[in-house]
Amino acid sequence: MRPFIYEQPSDISAAVALASNFTTRDDQPTRANAQFIAGGTNLADYMKLGVAEPNRLLDLNRLEEQKLRQIRVTGDGIRFGALVRMGEAADHREVKKRYPVIAGSLRLAASGQIRNVASLAGNVLQRTRCEYFRETSWACNKRVPGSGCAAMDGFNRQHAVLGGSNACIATYHGDFAQALIALDAVIHAQGSDGARQIPFAKLHRQPGDTPHIETDLAADEIITAIEVPALPWARRSLYLKIRDRESYAFALASAAVALDLDGETVRDARIALGGLATVPWRAGAAEEVLQGKKLDEASAGAAADAAFAEAQPHQHNAFKIELGKRTLVRALLETRDMKV
Amino acid sequence: MSQPSALSTNGLSRRKFMAGTVSAAATAPLLASTARAEAPIATQPKLRQPVVTSLRINKQAYELSLDTRTSLLDALRDHIGLTGTKKGCDHGQCGACTVLVDGKRVLSCLSFAVMNDGKEVTTIEGLASADGRLHPMQQAFIDHDAFQCGYCTPGQIMSAIGCVNEGHAESENDIREYMSGNICRCAAYPNIVAAVLQARGETRGA
Repeated sequence: MRPFIYEQPSDISAAVALASNFTTRDDQPTRANAQFIAGGTNLADYMKLGVAEPNRLLDLNRLEEQKLRQIRVTGDGIRFGALVRMGEAADHREVKKRYPVIAGSLRLAASGQIRNVASLAGNVLQRTRCEYFRETSWACNKRVPGSGCAAMDGFNRQHAVLGGSNACIATYHGDFAQALIALDAVIHAQGSDGARQIPFAKLHRQPGDTPHIETDLAADEIITAIEVPALPWARRSLYLKIRDRESYAFALASAAVALDLDGETVRDARIALGGLATVPWRAGAAEEVLQGKKLDEASAGAAADAAFAEAQPHQHNAFKIELGKRTLVRALLETRDMKV
Repeated sequence: MSQPSALSTNGLSRRKFMAGTVSAAATAPLLASTARAEAPIATQPKLRQPVVTSLRINKQAYELSLDTRTSLLDALRDHIGLTGTKKGCDHGQCGACTVLVDGKRVLSCLSFAVMNDGKEVTTIEGLASADGRLHPMQQAFIDHDAFQCGYCTPGQIMSAIGCVNEGHAESENDIREYMSGNICRCAAYPNIVAAVLQARGETRGA
């Protein structure tokens, strides 16, 4: 591991100032000399592997602003401080009641030990676990721009069928992000240019020709909060995750679903897919198919077909298209049948 | 700050051993006393400069001078000599390194030791009472034969205590789900579940 200087800024503006001092405007946050650390469960791993090589770590855990550690429920929705740990949010009574899809996505992610440490903001910024990204001897356009992509002709069973490009098909493995994108969450960020809000759907960038650019954030910008708007019918929502083993594994396919039903007819639907795409993936086409329809196996199947209309399989991951469709159909029908 | 001299010596000899067998990655940290003299708090931090870190481990205070890259796991094992906490994968995938930090179970391999400054750490060595009586979770693992080779066991026991304290041991399914971060390649899982069920009533607050 590359040696690094360790610093503990005392508040948000001190952290931003330090980052600003040791990064430039063109730096990508994941490639900058100075990087933020909170839980560290993703970054420490990638530093050990030589994938991340900051020479200065700015520890956010001692920031004095208490709102960073709070979950606030109001009539306008729910606001998660950036340093709230995954486990706290997953076990929060109001989160479980009002947004089962959020609580479920967090409960099914990682392990108890990791959820005790990993922050919510760090969780949404977690980097891909593509085997070729993790191992520095392979070509990887995300890790070393222009070096090629070993996954294209490699073992790509885990890789994305949605949102890929000729440069990168690495999967975004997070779960929480699928709930957030489905619920139209908003990211609050603060950097040297001041505070701003970013719609969650604009936080992550599809790889295109520049897979090393992963998010919309600047290297000196900190996520301060994640806000989820009020959505009373999100009580009828769930997160379904399908994996190689029953627990503690990344999704092969997952679905975040919330339904507004009038009897069995769909007034509104929110759908996001995980384990299948290069970024958190809102399935807008599937939502449209369901509008005004009676939700049954046939209409759920039609929605699933729409969600994967543009899917691009590779040598080992074609099964994910069928698995993804079945996952979505099951999630829709289970959400319909929820007692709320 | 009491730092038992026996433990410091242990740390030093281990470090010499490490320096002889591991290449540049293990820059030898200085002992606390010398490092403190060289590192007044007001100066700008420098690369490769050891950082003084205070930890309370099993109710005993330690002051360590550490390379910032040192994981909490390596600090426990190589610098303090508490080798009960095991290194399995060293990447957060197996749970063998689980300890309690401020009462919560965490993976010590994914935590830089310097980030734990001022925190209270409990390892497997800190569970039994002074008279040698085992913690109920340790006793339950013996009663139910909840291990074969034993390598994952310290992590399983620490994780099980955390799991119970979090309130996630209400049913067998709950225990299986919330203990899933601890891998046992001997597959003693049914016995581990039985052990946690037995100990859960006697464990809270441990």
